[in-house]
Amino acid sequence: MAGTAQQAERRRRFAPYGLLSPGVIWLALFFLVPLAYLLRASLSTRPNRFVPNDLDFAWHWSNYSEAFDQFGEQIQRSFVYAGLTTILCIAIGFPLAYVIAFRGGKYKHLLLGLVVVPFFTTYLIRTIAWKTILADTGIVVDTLRTIGVLGADGRLLATPAGVIGGLTYNFLPFMILPIYVSLEKIDPDLVAAAKDLYSTPGRAFRKVVFPLAIPGVIAGSLLTFIPACGDFVNSVFLGSPRTTMIGNVVQNQFLVQLDYPTAAALGFILMVIITIAVLIYARVLGTEDLTG
Amino acid sequence: MSAVVESVPAAPPVDDLQVERSFPPPWMRRAGSQLLNVYAVLGFIYLFVPIFVIVLFSFNQPKGRFNIVWHQFTLANWADPFAVPELVDAFELSLQVAAIATAAAVVLGGLIALALTRYRFRGSGAVNLLLVLPLTTPEIVLGASLATLFIGLEAQRGFWTVVIAHTMFCVSFVALTVKARLRGFDWTLEDAAMDLGAGPMRTFTKVTLPLMLPGLMAAALLSFALSIDDFIITTFNAGDEVTFPLYIFGARQRAIPPQIQVLSTMILLVSVLLLFGGTIFGRLRDRQLTAAAKGATPTAS
Repeated sequence: MAGTAQQAERRRRFAPYGLLSPGVIWLALFFLVPLAYLLRASLSTRPNRFVPNDLDFAWHWSNYSEAFDQFGEQIQRSFVYAGLTTILCIAIGFPLAYVIAFRGGKYKHLLLGLVVVPFFTTYLIRTIAWKTILADTGIVVDTLRTIGVLGADGRLLATPAGVIGGLTYNFLPFMILPIYVSLEKIDPDLVAAAKDLYSTPGRAFRKVVFPLAIPGVIAGSLLTFIPACGDFVNSVFLGSPRTTMIGNVVQNQFLVQLDYPTAAALGFILMVIITIAVLIYARVLGTEDLTG
Repeated sequence: MSAVVESVPAAPPVDDLQVERSFPPPWMRRAGSQLLNVYAVLGFIYLFVPIFVIVLFSFNQPKGRFNIVWHQFTLANWADPFAVPELVDAFELSLQVAAIATAAAVVLGGLIALALTRYRFRGSGAVNLLLVLPLTTPEIVLGASLATLFIGLEAQRGFWTVVIAHTMFCVSFVALTVKARLRGFDWTLEDAAMDLGAGPMRTFTKVTLPLMLPGLMAAALLSFALSIDDFIITTFNAGDEVTFPLYIFGARQRAIPPQIQVLSTMILLVSVLLLFGGTIFGRLRDRQLTAAAKGATPTAS
Protein backbone atom coordinates (compact mmCIF):
# COMPACT_ATOMS: atom_id res chain seq x y z
CA MET A 1 0.00 0.00 0.00
CA ALA A 2 2.92 2.33 0.69
CA GLY A 3 3.81 2.14 -2.98
CA THR A 4 0.43 3.41 -4.12
CA ALA A 5 0.50 6.21 -1.55
CA GLN A 6 3.87 7.27 -2.93
CA GLN A 7 2.46 7.10 -6.43
CA ALA A 8 -0.48 9.25 -5.41
CA GLU A 9 1.90 11.73 -3.81
CA ARG A 10 4.02 11.87 -6.93
CA ARG A 11 0.92 12.32 -9.08
CA ARG A 12 -0.18 15.19 -6.88
CA ARG A 13 3.18 16.86 -7.23
CA PHE A 14 3.51 16.55 -11.00
CA ALA A 15 -0.16 16.79 -12.01
CA PRO A 16 -0.27 20.61 -12.16
CA TYR A 17 2.72 20.73 -14.50
CA GLY A 18 1.17 18.10 -16.74
CA LEU A 19 -2.07 20.08 -16.92
CA LEU A 20 -0.30 23.36 -17.54
CA SER A 21 2.28 22.40 -20.08
CA PRO A 22 0.23 22.30 -23.32
CA GLY A 23 -1.20 25.77 -22.79
CA VAL A 24 1.99 27.26 -21.40
CA ILE A 25 4.05 25.84 -24.27
CA TRP A 26 1.54 27.31 -26.70
CA LEU A 27 1.83 30.76 -25.09
CA ALA A 28 5.61 30.49 -25.00
CA LEU A 29 5.81 29.54 -28.69
CA PHE A 30 3.29 32.05 -30.00
CA PHE A 31 3.59 34.91 -27.54
CA LEU A 32 7.10 34.98 -26.00
CA VAL A 33 9.12 33.64 -28.95
CA PRO A 34 7.46 36.08 -31.40
CA LEU A 35 8.36 38.97 -29.08
CA ALA A 36 11.98 37.83 -29.28
CA TYR A 37 11.69 37.74 -33.08
CA LEU A 38 10.23 41.24 -33.05
CA LEU A 39 13.06 42.48 -30.83
CA ARG A 40 15.56 40.96 -33.25
CA ALA A 41 13.79 42.59 -36.21
CA SER A 42 13.87 45.94 -34.44
CA LEU A 43 17.69 45.74 -34.34
CA SER A 44 18.09 44.54 -37.92
CA THR A 45 18.75 46.31 -41.19
CA ARG A 46 17.17 45.85 -44.55
CA PRO A 47 20.09 45.44 -46.98
CA ASN A 48 17.85 45.52 -50.01
CA ARG A 49 14.61 47.45 -49.99
CA PHE A 50 13.21 45.54 -52.93
CA VAL A 51 13.80 42.00 -51.69
CA PRO A 52 10.91 41.11 -49.39
CA ASN A 53 11.65 39.60 -45.98
CA ASP A 54 15.35 40.39 -46.29
CA LEU A 55 16.59 41.14 -42.75
CA ASP A 56 20.15 41.32 -41.36
CA PHE A 57 20.57 41.30 -37.60
CA ALA A 58 23.16 43.98 -36.76
CA TRP A 59 22.48 45.56 -33.32
CA HIS A 60 21.16 48.47 -35.32
CA TRP A 61 19.99 50.65 -32.40
CA SER A 62 19.51 53.66 -34.63
CA ASN A 63 16.23 52.10 -35.81
CA TYR A 64 14.84 53.31 -32.50
CA SER A 65 16.13 56.86 -32.67
CA GLU A 66 15.10 57.17 -36.32
CA ALA A 67 11.60 55.84 -35.59
CA PHE A 68 11.33 58.25 -32.66
CA ASP A 69 12.45 61.23 -34.76
CA GLN A 70 10.32 60.36 -37.73
CA PHE A 71 7.11 59.44 -35.90
CA GLY A 72 7.39 61.38 -32.63
CA GLU A 73 4.21 63.26 -33.46
CA GLN A 74 2.16 60.08 -33.88
CA ILE A 75 3.63 58.56 -30.71
CA GLN A 76 2.71 61.63 -28.68
CA ARG A 77 -0.74 61.81 -30.26
CA SER A 78 -1.45 58.14 -29.42
CA PHE A 79 -0.77 58.67 -25.73
CA VAL A 80 -2.76 61.91 -25.55
CA TYR A 81 -5.74 60.28 -27.29
CA ALA A 82 -5.50 57.14 -25.15
CA GLY A 83 -5.21 59.21 -21.95
CA LEU A 84 -8.26 61.31 -22.80
CA THR A 85 -10.13 58.13 -23.77
CA THR A 86 -9.36 56.58 -20.39
CA ILE A 87 -10.55 59.68 -18.51
CA LEU A 88 -13.78 59.80 -20.53
CA CYS A 89 -14.36 56.08 -19.96
CA ILE A 90 -14.02 56.57 -16.18
CA ALA A 91 -16.37 59.59 -16.29
CA ILE A 92 -19.03 57.63 -18.20
CA GLY A 93 -18.33 54.15 -16.85
CA PHE A 94 -18.00 54.74 -13.10
CA PRO A 95 -21.49 56.20 -12.54
CA LEU A 96 -22.98 53.47 -14.74
CA ALA A 97 -21.21 50.71 -12.82
CA TYR A 98 -22.24 52.38 -9.54
CA VAL A 99 -25.92 52.53 -10.48
CA ILE A 100 -25.89 48.90 -11.67
CA ALA A 101 -24.09 47.62 -8.56
CA PHE A 102 -25.99 49.60 -5.90
CA ARG A 103 -29.37 50.35 -7.46
CA GLY A 104 -29.77 47.46 -9.90
CA GLY A 105 -31.51 45.24 -7.35
CA LYS A 106 -32.73 42.07 -8.96
CA TYR A 107 -32.13 43.54 -12.43
CA LYS A 108 -28.38 43.79 -11.78
CA HIS A 109 -27.43 40.95 -14.09
CA LEU A 110 -29.83 42.05 -16.80
CA LEU A 111 -28.36 45.58 -16.74
CA LEU A 112 -24.85 44.17 -16.85
CA GLY A 113 -25.90 42.06 -19.85
CA LEU A 114 -27.17 45.24 -21.53
CA VAL A 115 -23.71 46.77 -21.14
CA VAL A 116 -22.14 43.83 -22.97
CA VAL A 117 -24.75 43.26 -25.68
CA PRO A 118 -23.76 46.16 -28.00
CA PHE A 119 -20.27 44.69 -28.20
CA PHE A 120 -21.50 41.52 -29.83
CA THR A 121 -21.82 43.46 -33.06
CA THR A 122 -18.61 43.61 -35.04
CA TYR A 123 -16.07 46.21 -33.91
CA LEU A 124 -15.59 47.67 -37.39
CA ILE A 125 -19.33 47.91 -38.02
CA ARG A 126 -19.88 49.74 -34.74
CA THR A 127 -17.24 52.20 -35.86
CA ILE A 128 -18.89 52.58 -39.28
CA ALA A 129 -22.16 53.27 -37.44
CA TRP A 130 -20.41 56.13 -35.61
CA LYS A 131 -19.31 57.44 -39.00
CA THR A 132 -23.00 57.65 -39.94
CA ILE A 133 -23.95 59.26 -36.62
CA LEU A 134 -21.19 61.87 -36.71
CA ALA A 135 -21.58 62.62 -40.44
CA ASP A 136 -21.50 66.28 -41.51
CA THR A 137 -25.17 66.15 -42.49
CA GLY A 138 -26.20 64.10 -39.46
CA ILE A 139 -28.36 65.08 -36.52
CA VAL A 140 -25.46 65.38 -34.03
CA VAL A 141 -23.42 67.84 -36.06
CA ASP A 142 -26.62 69.75 -36.96
CA THR A 143 -27.56 70.16 -33.31
CA LEU A 144 -24.07 71.16 -32.24
CA ARG A 145 -23.94 73.76 -35.03
CA THR A 146 -27.35 75.15 -34.03
CA ILE A 147 -26.44 75.60 -30.38
CA GLY A 148 -23.10 77.03 -31.38
CA VAL A 149 -20.75 74.41 -29.95
CA LEU A 150 -19.47 73.85 -33.46
CA GLY A 151 -18.96 76.65 -35.98
CA ALA A 152 -21.18 76.92 -39.07
CA ASP A 153 -18.89 74.54 -40.97
CA GLY A 154 -17.60 72.67 -37.90
CA ARG A 155 -17.16 68.90 -38.19
CA LEU A 156 -16.78 65.89 -35.94
CA LEU A 157 -15.64 63.37 -38.53
CA ALA A 158 -11.98 63.63 -39.47
CA THR A 159 -11.21 65.46 -36.20
CA PRO A 160 -9.45 64.34 -33.00
CA ALA A 161 -12.83 64.56 -31.23
CA GLY A 162 -14.23 61.96 -33.64
CA VAL A 163 -11.34 59.56 -33.04
CA ILE A 164 -11.40 59.98 -29.26
CA GLY A 165 -15.19 59.58 -29.28
CA GLY A 166 -14.89 56.32 -31.20
CA LEU A 167 -12.14 54.99 -28.92
CA THR A 168 -14.19 55.88 -25.83
CA TYR A 169 -17.24 54.06 -27.12
CA ASN A 170 -15.38 50.97 -28.25
CA PHE A 171 -13.46 50.43 -25.00
CA LEU A 172 -16.14 51.54 -22.52
CA PRO A 173 -17.27 48.03 -21.42
CA PHE A 174 -13.66 47.20 -20.48
CA MET A 175 -13.94 50.06 -17.97
CA ILE A 176 -17.46 49.33 -16.71
CA LEU A 177 -17.01 45.60 -16.04
CA PRO A 178 -13.94 45.73 -13.72
CA ILE A 179 -15.35 48.72 -11.80
CA TYR A 180 -18.64 46.86 -11.40
CA VAL A 181 -16.82 43.78 -10.10
CA SER A 182 -14.99 45.76 -7.41
CA LEU A 183 -18.11 47.75 -6.45
CA GLU A 184 -20.18 44.58 -6.28
CA LYS A 185 -17.81 43.11 -3.69
CA ILE A 186 -18.39 46.03 -1.29
CA ASP A 187 -20.49 45.01 1.68
CA PRO A 188 -23.51 47.39 1.79
CA ASP A 189 -23.22 47.21 5.60
CA LEU A 190 -19.95 49.16 5.34
CA VAL A 191 -21.75 52.07 3.69
CA ALA A 192 -24.59 51.76 6.18
CA ALA A 193 -22.04 51.78 9.01
CA ALA A 194 -20.44 54.95 7.65
CA LYS A 195 -23.86 56.60 7.57
CA ASP A 196 -24.66 55.38 11.10
CA LEU A 197 -21.45 57.07 12.18
CA TYR A 198 -22.86 60.35 10.82
CA SER A 199 -21.05 60.42 7.54
CA THR A 200 -22.85 62.25 4.74
CA PRO A 201 -23.48 60.17 1.59
CA GLY A 202 -20.81 62.15 -0.22
CA ARG A 203 -18.27 61.48 2.50
CA ALA A 204 -19.25 57.81 2.70
CA PHE A 205 -18.57 57.62 -1.02
CA ARG A 206 -15.16 59.31 -0.76
CA LYS A 207 -14.00 57.43 2.33
CA VAL A 208 -15.54 53.98 1.81
CA VAL A 209 -16.83 53.26 -1.68
CA PHE A 210 -14.20 54.94 -3.84
CA PRO A 211 -11.09 53.51 -2.08
CA LEU A 212 -12.58 50.01 -2.41
CA ALA A 213 -13.31 50.61 -6.10
CA ILE A 214 -9.72 51.64 -6.94
CA PRO A 215 -8.60 48.14 -8.04
CA GLY A 216 -11.47 48.12 -10.52
CA VAL A 217 -10.60 51.59 -11.79
CA ILE A 218 -6.98 50.53 -12.30
CA ALA A 219 -7.88 47.31 -14.08
CA GLY A 220 -10.39 49.19 -16.24
CA SER A 221 -7.84 51.88 -17.06
CA LEU A 222 -5.31 49.28 -18.21
CA LEU A 223 -7.92 47.53 -20.35
CA THR A 224 -8.90 50.80 -22.07
CA PHE A 225 -5.59 52.69 -22.17
CA ILE A 226 -3.48 49.89 -23.64
CA PRO A 227 -5.71 48.90 -26.57
CA ALA A 228 -6.51 52.57 -27.22
CA CYS A 229 -2.77 53.35 -27.55
CA GLY A 230 -2.29 50.73 -30.23
CA ASP A 231 -5.56 51.16 -32.09
CA PHE A 232 -5.73 52.34 -35.68
CA VAL A 233 -9.29 51.39 -36.64
CA ASN A 234 -10.93 54.47 -35.12
CA SER A 235 -8.35 56.75 -36.69
CA VAL A 236 -8.91 55.16 -40.13
CA PHE A 237 -12.71 55.37 -40.02
CA LEU A 238 -13.34 58.50 -37.96
CA GLY A 239 -10.13 60.46 -38.39
CA SER A 240 -8.00 62.00 -41.10
CA PRO A 241 -4.31 61.90 -42.07
CA ARG A 242 -3.82 64.49 -39.33
CA THR A 243 -5.09 62.15 -36.62
CA THR A 244 -2.88 59.15 -37.41
CA MET A 245 -1.72 57.21 -34.37
CA ILE A 246 1.21 54.90 -33.73
CA GLY A 247 -0.97 51.94 -34.76
CA ASN A 248 -1.55 53.42 -38.20
CA VAL A 249 2.19 53.85 -38.64
CA VAL A 250 3.08 50.31 -37.52
CA GLN A 251 0.40 48.83 -39.76
CA ASN A 252 1.57 50.90 -42.72
CA GLN A 253 5.30 50.29 -42.17
CA PHE A 254 4.80 46.56 -41.64
CA LEU A 255 2.12 45.61 -44.16
CA VAL A 256 2.54 48.24 -46.89
CA GLN A 257 6.16 49.45 -46.81
CA LEU A 258 7.44 46.05 -45.57
CA ASP A 259 9.84 48.04 -43.39
CA TYR A 260 9.86 45.52 -40.53
CA PRO A 261 12.72 47.07 -38.52
CA THR A 262 10.98 50.44 -38.18
CA ALA A 263 7.61 48.81 -37.38
CA ALA A 264 9.25 46.56 -34.79
CA ALA A 265 11.12 49.43 -33.14
CA LEU A 266 7.88 51.42 -32.93
CA GLY A 267 6.16 48.45 -31.34
CA PHE A 268 8.78 48.26 -28.61
CA ILE A 269 8.75 52.03 -28.06
CA LEU A 270 4.99 51.72 -27.57
CA MET A 271 5.39 48.87 -25.05
CA VAL A 272 8.09 50.64 -23.04
CA ILE A 273 6.11 53.88 -22.75
CA ILE A 274 2.96 51.94 -21.81
CA THR A 275 4.85 50.05 -19.09
CA ILE A 276 6.25 53.27 -17.63
CA ALA A 277 2.84 54.98 -17.75
CA VAL A 278 1.15 52.00 -16.08
CA LEU A 279 3.73 51.82 -13.29
CA ILE A 280 3.42 55.54 -12.52
CA TYR A 281 -0.37 55.33 -12.61
CA ALA A 282 -0.49 52.34 -10.26
CA ARG A 283 1.90 54.10 -7.88
CA VAL A 284 -0.21 57.27 -7.85
CA LEU A 285 -3.43 55.36 -7.15
CA GLY A 286 -1.58 53.34 -4.55
CA THR A 287 -1.59 49.68 -5.46
CA GLU A 288 0.95 47.30 -6.85
CA ASP A 289 -1.34 44.34 -7.15
CA LEU A 290 -2.14 44.30 -10.86
CA THR A 291 -2.61 40.60 -11.46
CA GLY A 292 -5.08 39.83 -8.67
CA MET B 1 -25.81 40.24 19.92
CA SER B 2 -27.87 42.35 22.32
CA ALA B 3 -24.85 42.92 24.56
CA VAL B 4 -22.95 44.38 21.63
CA VAL B 5 -25.78 46.70 20.73
CA GLU B 6 -26.00 47.96 24.30
CA SER B 7 -22.29 48.74 24.43
CA VAL B 8 -22.56 51.22 21.54
CA PRO B 9 -22.21 54.76 22.98
CA ALA B 10 -25.36 56.82 23.17
CA ALA B 11 -26.20 58.82 20.05
CA PRO B 12 -25.16 62.49 20.15
CA PRO B 13 -27.88 65.06 20.76
CA VAL B 14 -30.16 65.70 17.82
CA ASP B 15 -28.82 69.24 17.36
CA ASP B 16 -25.33 68.00 16.46
CA LEU B 17 -26.84 65.61 14.00
CA GLN B 18 -28.73 68.43 12.30
CA VAL B 19 -25.62 70.57 12.01
CA GLU B 20 -23.53 67.74 10.64
CA ARG B 21 -26.11 66.88 7.99
CA SER B 22 -27.47 70.33 7.18
CA PHE B 23 -25.43 70.50 3.98
CA PRO B 24 -26.32 69.44 1.39
CA PRO B 25 -30.00 69.83 2.29
CA PRO B 26 -32.17 66.74 1.77
CA TRP B 27 -33.94 68.05 -1.33
CA MET B 28 -30.60 68.66 -3.01
CA ARG B 29 -29.38 65.23 -2.03
CA ARG B 30 -32.52 63.64 -3.47
CA ALA B 31 -32.14 65.65 -6.68
CA GLY B 32 -28.51 64.53 -6.93
CA SER B 33 -29.54 60.93 -6.50
CA GLN B 34 -32.15 61.30 -9.24
CA LEU B 35 -29.57 62.99 -11.44
CA LEU B 36 -27.35 59.93 -11.15
CA ASN B 37 -30.20 57.74 -12.39
CA VAL B 38 -30.80 60.07 -15.32
CA TYR B 39 -27.06 59.95 -16.10
CA ALA B 40 -27.18 56.15 -16.09
CA VAL B 41 -30.17 56.08 -18.44
CA LEU B 42 -28.33 58.44 -20.80
CA GLY B 43 -25.32 56.13 -20.54
CA PHE B 44 -27.38 53.15 -21.65
CA ILE B 45 -28.85 55.18 -24.53
CA TYR B 46 -25.29 56.08 -25.58
CA LEU B 47 -24.33 52.39 -25.56
CA PHE B 48 -27.24 51.49 -27.81
CA VAL B 49 -27.28 54.37 -30.33
CA PRO B 50 -24.81 52.70 -32.76
CA ILE B 51 -26.62 49.37 -32.38
CA PHE B 52 -29.87 51.08 -33.29
CA VAL B 53 -28.13 52.59 -36.33
CA ILE B 54 -26.77 49.18 -37.43
CA VAL B 55 -30.16 47.47 -37.15
CA LEU B 56 -31.87 50.41 -38.88
CA PHE B 57 -29.39 50.40 -41.77
CA SER B 58 -29.92 46.68 -42.31
CA PHE B 59 -33.33 47.85 -43.62
CA ASN B 60 -31.86 50.61 -45.78
CA GLN B 61 -31.83 50.66 -49.54
CA PRO B 62 -28.63 52.62 -50.13
CA LYS B 63 -28.47 55.17 -52.92
CA GLY B 64 -24.91 54.39 -53.98
CA ARG B 65 -22.47 51.61 -53.13
CA PHE B 66 -22.00 52.72 -49.53
CA ASN B 67 -24.68 51.88 -46.99
CA ILE B 68 -23.88 54.71 -44.60
CA VAL B 69 -26.48 57.32 -45.55
CA TRP B 70 -30.20 56.70 -44.98
CA HIS B 71 -32.22 56.54 -48.18
CA GLN B 72 -35.25 54.25 -48.20
CA PHE B 73 -36.79 51.46 -46.14
CA THR B 74 -36.63 47.98 -47.65
CA LEU B 75 -36.89 44.35 -46.63
CA ALA B 76 -34.84 43.22 -49.62
CA ASN B 77 -31.56 42.90 -47.65
CA TRP B 78 -33.15 40.55 -45.13
CA ALA B 79 -34.82 38.57 -47.90
CA ASP B 80 -31.42 37.99 -49.48
CA PRO B 81 -28.79 38.16 -46.70
CA PHE B 82 -26.29 36.06 -48.66
CA ALA B 83 -26.40 38.09 -51.86
CA VAL B 84 -22.69 39.03 -51.80
CA PRO B 85 -20.57 35.89 -52.33
CA GLU B 86 -17.26 37.40 -51.10
CA LEU B 87 -18.98 38.52 -47.91
CA VAL B 88 -20.45 35.07 -47.33
CA ASP B 89 -17.05 33.43 -47.92
CA ALA B 90 -15.44 35.82 -45.44
CA PHE B 91 -18.17 35.15 -42.90
CA GLU B 92 -17.81 31.38 -43.24
CA LEU B 93 -14.05 31.66 -42.87
CA SER B 94 -14.48 33.65 -39.65
CA LEU B 95 -16.87 31.03 -38.27
CA GLN B 96 -14.39 28.24 -39.08
CA VAL B 97 -11.46 30.06 -37.49
CA ALA B 98 -13.52 30.92 -34.41
CA ALA B 99 -14.72 27.33 -33.99
CA ILE B 100 -11.23 25.79 -34.19
CA ALA B 101 -9.54 28.49 -32.11
CA THR B 102 -12.26 28.30 -29.44
CA ALA B 103 -12.08 24.52 -29.19
CA ALA B 104 -8.29 24.60 -28.84
CA ALA B 105 -8.33 27.50 -26.38
CA VAL B 106 -11.00 25.91 -24.18
CA VAL B 107 -8.90 22.75 -23.79
CA LEU B 108 -5.54 24.51 -23.28
CA GLY B 109 -6.91 27.32 -21.12
CA GLY B 110 -9.27 25.10 -19.13
CA LEU B 111 -6.38 22.81 -18.15
CA ILE B 112 -4.29 25.80 -17.05
CA ALA B 113 -7.19 27.10 -14.95
CA LEU B 114 -7.67 23.67 -13.39
CA ALA B 115 -3.98 23.42 -12.48
CA LEU B 116 -3.91 26.93 -11.01
CA THR B 117 -7.00 26.54 -8.83
CA ARG B 118 -6.75 22.85 -7.91
CA TYR B 119 -3.07 22.69 -6.90
CA ARG B 120 -0.56 24.85 -5.08
CA PHE B 121 2.80 24.58 -6.78
CA ARG B 122 6.02 26.39 -7.45
CA GLY B 123 5.91 28.73 -10.46
CA SER B 124 2.16 29.45 -10.34
CA GLY B 125 2.93 33.17 -10.06
CA ALA B 126 4.93 33.07 -13.28
CA VAL B 127 2.09 31.25 -15.05
CA ASN B 128 -0.40 33.89 -13.86
CA LEU B 129 1.87 36.58 -15.24
CA LEU B 130 2.22 34.75 -18.55
CA LEU B 131 -1.58 34.67 -18.82
CA VAL B 132 -2.04 38.37 -18.11
CA LEU B 133 0.78 39.64 -20.34
CA PRO B 134 -0.90 38.97 -23.72
CA LEU B 135 -3.91 40.95 -22.53
CA THR B 136 -1.78 43.91 -21.53
CA THR B 137 0.21 43.91 -24.76
CA PRO B 138 -1.24 46.10 -27.52
CA GLU B 139 -2.79 43.99 -30.28
CA ILE B 140 -0.64 45.72 -32.84
CA VAL B 141 2.47 44.34 -31.11
CA LEU B 142 0.96 40.85 -30.79
CA GLY B 143 0.04 40.85 -34.47
CA ALA B 144 3.34 42.24 -35.72
CA SER B 145 5.44 39.93 -33.52
CA LEU B 146 3.62 36.80 -34.67
CA ALA B 147 3.98 37.91 -38.27
CA THR B 148 7.74 38.41 -37.72
CA LEU B 149 7.93 34.85 -36.38
CA PHE B 150 6.14 33.47 -39.44
CA ILE B 151 8.33 35.54 -41.76
CA GLY B 152 11.43 34.34 -39.91
CA LEU B 153 10.32 30.71 -40.27
CA GLU B 154 9.41 31.39 -43.89
CA ALA B 155 5.91 30.09 -43.22
CA GLN B 156 3.19 31.18 -45.63
CA ARG B 157 0.65 33.29 -43.75
CA GLY B 158 -2.94 32.07 -44.21
CA PHE B 159 -5.73 30.10 -42.54
CA TRP B 160 -3.62 28.23 -39.98
CA THR B 161 -1.54 31.23 -38.94
CA VAL B 162 -4.79 33.06 -38.17
CA VAL B 163 -6.02 30.06 -36.15
CA ILE B 164 -2.73 29.99 -34.23
CA ALA B 165 -2.92 33.71 -33.51
CA HIS B 166 -6.53 33.57 -32.31
CA THR B 167 -5.88 30.52 -30.15
CA MET B 168 -2.99 32.40 -28.53
CA PHE B 169 -5.05 35.28 -27.16
CA CYS B 170 -8.12 33.11 -26.48
CA VAL B 171 -6.08 30.77 -24.21
CA SER B 172 -5.43 33.70 -21.86
CA PHE B 173 -9.07 34.78 -21.81
CA VAL B 174 -10.32 31.23 -21.23
CA ALA B 175 -7.80 30.47 -18.47
CA LEU B 176 -8.57 33.72 -16.60
CA THR B 177 -12.36 33.39 -16.98
CA VAL B 178 -12.46 29.76 -15.84
CA LYS B 179 -10.02 30.50 -13.03
CA ALA B 180 -12.25 33.29 -11.72
CA ARG B 181 -15.25 30.93 -11.74
CA LEU B 182 -13.36 28.12 -9.97
CA ARG B 183 -12.02 30.26 -7.14
CA GLY B 184 -13.24 29.07 -3.76
CA PHE B 185 -14.37 25.75 -5.11
CA ASP B 186 -14.86 22.69 -2.90
CA TRP B 187 -12.28 20.27 -4.28
CA THR B 188 -12.96 17.69 -1.52
CA LEU B 189 -15.78 16.53 -3.80
CA GLU B 190 -13.08 14.93 -5.96
CA ASP B 191 -11.59 13.15 -2.95
CA ALA B 192 -15.06 12.00 -2.00
CA ALA B 193 -15.56 10.48 -5.46
CA MET B 194 -12.16 8.75 -5.21
CA ASP B 195 -12.99 7.46 -1.73
CA LEU B 196 -16.19 6.01 -3.11
CA GLY B 197 -14.12 4.02 -5.58
CA ALA B 198 -14.17 6.16 -8.73
CA GLY B 199 -10.96 6.10 -10.80
CA PRO B 200 -9.19 9.31 -11.84
CA MET B 201 -10.85 9.28 -15.28
CA ARG B 202 -14.32 8.70 -13.88
CA THR B 203 -13.77 11.34 -11.20
CA PHE B 204 -12.80 13.82 -13.90
CA THR B 205 -15.76 13.14 -16.19
CA LYS B 206 -18.36 12.78 -13.43
CA VAL B 207 -17.25 15.39 -10.90
CA THR B 208 -14.55 17.81 -12.07
CA LEU B 209 -15.82 18.45 -15.60
CA PRO B 210 -19.47 19.10 -14.63
CA LEU B 211 -18.25 21.51 -11.95
CA MET B 212 -16.13 23.37 -14.51
CA LEU B 213 -18.78 23.34 -17.23
CA PRO B 214 -20.51 26.71 -16.58
CA GLY B 215 -17.12 28.47 -16.53
CA LEU B 216 -15.99 26.66 -19.67
CA MET B 217 -19.18 27.57 -21.53
CA ALA B 218 -18.89 31.25 -20.61
CA ALA B 219 -15.24 31.20 -21.66
CA ALA B 220 -16.08 29.48 -24.96
CA LEU B 221 -18.74 32.10 -25.76
CA LEU B 222 -16.28 34.87 -24.94
CA SER B 223 -13.46 33.47 -27.04
CA PHE B 224 -15.77 32.74 -30.00
CA ALA B 225 -16.94 36.37 -29.89
CA LEU B 226 -13.38 37.68 -29.59
CA SER B 227 -12.14 35.53 -32.45
CA ILE B 228 -14.94 36.40 -34.86
CA ASP B 229 -14.43 40.10 -34.10
CA ASP B 230 -10.65 40.30 -34.17
CA PHE B 231 -9.23 42.62 -36.76
CA ILE B 232 -5.83 44.00 -35.77
CA ILE B 233 -3.99 40.73 -35.02
CA THR B 234 -5.68 39.04 -37.98
CA THR B 235 -4.66 41.70 -40.48
CA PHE B 236 -0.99 40.94 -39.78
CA ASN B 237 -1.28 37.17 -40.11
CA ALA B 238 -3.98 36.46 -42.70
CA GLY B 239 -1.89 36.59 -45.86
CA ASP B 240 -4.39 36.35 -48.72
CA GLU B 241 -7.22 35.04 -46.56
CA VAL B 242 -10.11 37.43 -45.90
CA THR B 243 -12.07 37.10 -42.65
CA PHE B 244 -15.31 38.95 -41.92
CA PRO B 245 -13.62 41.98 -40.27
CA LEU B 246 -10.93 42.08 -42.98
CA TYR B 247 -13.69 42.14 -45.62
CA ILE B 248 -15.36 45.09 -43.89
CA PHE B 249 -12.06 46.96 -43.65
CA GLY B 250 -11.45 46.50 -47.37
CA ALA B 251 -15.09 47.37 -48.09
CA ARG B 252 -14.66 50.90 -46.75
CA GLN B 253 -12.96 51.80 -50.05
CA ARG B 254 -14.93 49.60 -52.49
CA ALA B 255 -18.54 49.39 -51.34
CA ILE B 256 -20.42 48.73 -48.12
CA PRO B 257 -23.38 46.48 -49.05
CA PRO B 258 -26.30 46.49 -46.59
CA GLN B 259 -25.76 42.74 -46.12
CA ILE B 260 -22.87 43.69 -43.79
CA GLN B 261 -25.40 45.24 -41.42
CA VAL B 262 -27.76 42.29 -41.87
CA LEU B 263 -25.10 39.74 -40.93
CA SER B 264 -23.98 41.91 -38.03
CA THR B 265 -27.54 42.09 -36.71
CA MET B 266 -27.73 38.30 -37.01
CA ILE B 267 -24.54 37.87 -34.94
CA LEU B 268 -26.03 40.21 -32.36
CA LEU B 269 -29.32 38.26 -32.18
CA VAL B 270 -27.57 34.90 -31.81
CA SER B 271 -25.24 36.25 -29.09
CA VAL B 272 -28.12 37.76 -27.16
CA LEU B 273 -30.05 34.49 -27.36
CA LEU B 274 -27.01 32.52 -26.16
CA LEU B 275 -26.26 35.01 -23.40
CA PHE B 276 -29.78 35.10 -21.97
CA GLY B 277 -30.46 31.47 -22.77
CA GLY B 278 -27.32 30.57 -20.82
CA THR B 279 -28.36 32.72 -17.86
CA ILE B 280 -31.85 31.20 -17.72
CA PHE B 281 -30.45 27.68 -18.15
CA GLY B 282 -27.97 28.30 -15.32
CA ARG B 283 -30.74 29.56 -13.05
CA LEU B 284 -32.95 26.56 -13.74
CA ARG B 285 -30.04 24.21 -13.06
CA ASP B 286 -29.26 25.96 -9.78
CA ARG B 287 -32.89 25.67 -8.76
CA GLN B 288 -33.00 21.97 -9.62
CA LEU B 289 -29.78 21.33 -7.73
CA THR B 290 -31.03 23.15 -4.64
CA ALA B 291 -34.30 21.25 -4.82
CA ALA B 292 -32.42 17.96 -5.17
CA ALA B 293 -30.12 18.88 -2.27
CA LYS B 294 -33.13 19.72 -0.10
CA GLY B 295 -34.78 16.43 -1.02
CA ALA B 296 -31.65 14.51 -0.15
CA THR B 297 -31.16 16.14 3.25
CA PRO B 298 -32.87 14.25 6.07
CA THR B 299 -35.34 16.66 7.60
CA ALA B 300 -35.15 15.12 11.07
CA SER B 301 -31.62 16.44 11.74
